[in-house]
Amino acid sequence: MKGYNFAYLDEQTKRMIRRALLKAVAIPGHQVPFGSREMPLPYGWGTGGIQVTASVLGPDDTLKVIDQGADDTTNAVSIRHFFARTAGVRTTTHTANATVIQTRHRIPEEKLAENQIIVYQVPQPEPLYRLEPSRVETKRMHALSDYGLMHVKLYEDVARLGQISISYDYPVMVNGRYLMSPSPIPAFDNPKMHRMPALQLFGAGREKRIYAIPPWTDVRSLDFEDHPFRPINAHQACGLCGALDTYKDEVITDDRGGRMFICSDTDHCEKRRSPEADKAA
Amino acid sequence: MNAELAPGFADPVRAAQSCFRAVLDAMSHPGRVAHVAGVAAQSPLCVASAAVLLTLVDHETPLWLDPDAEPARRWIEFHCGAPIVARPEAGVFAFALSLPDLSQLSAGSHESPETSATLICQIGALDTGRHFRLTGPGLRSATTIAIEGLPPGFVTIWRRNHAMFPRGIDLILCAGDQLTALPRTVSIEEV
Amino acid sequence: MAYVAVKGGERAIRNAHAWLAEERRGDPAVAELGLDQIREQLGRAIDRVMAEGSLYDPDLAALAIKQAQGDLIEAAFLLRAYRTTLPRFAHARPIDTASMRAARRISAIFKDLPGGQTLGPTYDYTHRLLDFELAENQPPPDAARARPDLSPIPRVPDILGREGLLEADGPVDAEPGDLTREPLSFPAGRDVRLQALARGDEGFLLAMGYSTQRGYGGSHPFAGEVRMGEVSVEIEPPELGFAIDIGDLTVTECQMVNQFKGSKTQLPQFTRGYGLVFGYSERKAMSMALVDRAMRAAELGEDITAPAQNPEFVLYHSDNIEATGFVEHLKLPHYVDFQSELQNVRRLREAVEQREAAE
Repeated sequence: MKGYNFAYLDEQTKRMIRRALLKAVAIPGHQVPFGSREMPLPYGWGTGGIQVTASVLGPDDTLKVIDQGADDTTNAVSIRHFFARTAGVRTTTHTANATVIQTRHRIPEEKLAENQIIVYQVPQPEPLYRLEPSRVETKRMHALSDYGLMHVKLYEDVARLGQISISYDYPVMVNGRYLMSPSPIPAFDNPKMHRMPALQLFGAGREKRIYAIPPWTDVRSLDFEDHPFRPINAHQACGLCGALDTYKDEVITDDRGGRMFICSDTDHCEKRRSPEADKAA
Repeated sequence: MNAELAPGFADPVRAAQSCFRAVLDAMSHPGRVAHVAGVAAQSPLCVASAAVLLTLVDHETPLWLDPDAEPARRWIEFHCGAPIVARPEAGVFAFALSLPDLSQLSAGSHESPETSATLICQIGALDTGRHFRLTGPGLRSATTIAIEGLPPGFVTIWRRNHAMFPRGIDLILCAGDQLTALPRTVSIEEV
Repeated sequence: MAYVAVKGGERAIRNAHAWLAEERRGDPAVAELGLDQIREQLGRAIDRVMAEGSLYDPDLAALAIKQAQGDLIEAAFLLRAYRTTLPRFAHARPIDTASMRAARRISAIFKDLPGGQTLGPTYDYTHRLLDFELAENQPPPDAARARPDLSPIPRVPDILGREGLLEADGPVDAEPGDLTREPLSFPAGRDVRLQALARGDEGFLLAMGYSTQRGYGGSHPFAGEVRMGEVSVEIEPPELGFAIDIGDLTVTECQMVNQFKGSKTQLPQFTRGYGLVFGYSERKAMSMALVDRAMRAAELGEDITAPAQNPEFVLYHSDNIEATGFVEHLKLPHYVDFQSELQNVRRLREAVEQREAAE
């Protein structure tokens, strides 16, 4: 694209982000501040994920962009176009063919491989923010490994409701040291993060934080021995492919309570329905 | 005598991205050896050192130069524009031709462990020498790496660094056109 | 009817953009807005967009306003995004507002003072009566002219400072922070706080400033001085070794004189609040000065009881580009998370019903 550097960002900005990424990988789960730039998309719409992807992406990569698990939700389309224009990079909707996957709010159903990088869009990187709005305070808590506030909240959930009531953005402990927000993925997806073979990178543009989980790293959802982590999912099968073990979107089909459940991961669902179509990129 | 400076990356955008991916891959998989290209060696810098410096270091990153690496100053100043600092603890990056005293470099703080230095250290070789067993994040199971040119007490030195977690130095080792990375999270034993 | 998965996101976006372009143009029979018209006749909008876009270029601001159909936050966003792509070739010297060629200069704390009280092109004493003659595009009556007095107008802080009555400026040797390169971190120095305020949302700062006047962390402000006019921008290229003038900016500066600080042993002095903004934007400059002073509460040994005194609260919410991005992002699909909450609520309800059935 004329007049712009490869993947839009100037080299100095890329260096700054790359340095932050390397430190993030060396301190799994810790939020690294970075000089997030104003991007052509609004804050809150994926600028952090975009800056991470733009700093990582090269001409030999194949990029997949999903939002809510689907490739053709409007913002995923918009971001994919952004990279097609500014990087001329090959794009795909097939998880298995992607080397870099930028995602909002889901982890693909298909197990990721060692050579892949998944970049999460993060609206709010601070896992404690609802309990403590001051960043000065939460920074201190992370430094001291003082996560009492979160443990009390979970305990109160059990006392009041009989179970932990967090259903998405369920806090995790990374490498046994840092409390981390996995981004607003459903709790159902949390187990995929544990010892994932791929590299997981997280970008929060508005809050100006980057964090990372190296491959094969322990990621454990907070729970109690007598109230173990039990992610929720609809028990219905996918109305298109029949899968029972995938995360489903609930689609209202009429105004008399009619509903269907469809796999949120559109690529996975299509692959199940027509495996031979998967051969094409 | 005014030796000609060897050029930097011939294709800076592409080469920096490629080298960054190599370093990211190495840091994400401690002990994995990656190859880099795109720039000629300029004594005393090997290809990998030159590439890593061009990729990560610039006018925003104070760099401490180990005295034995002084001959690299001109090249680094010209190509990276990095402010070269006299005090080791002031360096965001450090460059050396052999392992310096890690305790002199910044280990970061508990609130901001990411502010610690990254040490780019040139060593003899990454396919021969003493064998080390690595475990930790990034590794599915223990892995072994051969490194030529680290001091005899390296395992003890590293244990001290590792024990400071989340603070600590991160290390990028360069030899020829190869590099490997040791993030502070990795545990090292001699084999 | 068989369910067909929702597709067509790309086509929808293309069509939306095409419709937007038509909306922006409006009735084709009506003359199209020229950038020169916006620049010349909507100066206050231009100034606000330059201030919050953090980029001084009236022509670009005019383009942004046209592209945003007059949505000034959207226009500021356009400038910010453009700014990110611009290379930096030099740092200017600090502008010297003491040498300002002031079109307007007033002080509320002295009846008269060196340099006098000059109203300039102000709305202050207009009567807010809609002027229907403006609908008829008549040329304005000639304004009376006078010879300009080009002697420098001393700053009120310097006048008060001569008697030691007003605290001095802080030390000026350190490099100022740069919010466009480094993320905000706390404790934030005054340089970074002022930078954030200068590009902060005028409405937010107005409300915050107003709150301090109503008792939420008050500091008894007086408008020591408000001045507006042109200042020179100078750079000193290393090859030349001396400064050169590369252009002019119009800025508005406000010096608030606030609650004095002192004791039986420490000579009391008035304290300062400072506001500086691109263009002719008094409301913003004055609000900024009120909020600047409020955020200095900790430094001045005052109890922090109010939102305007809490730098974390003020500075994390003052950037309207960040704010609008995040507020409006709620429009993005969130159905995956909502589905989790739905399942959660259903499960909790089942548990309650089962418990009730068991009793």
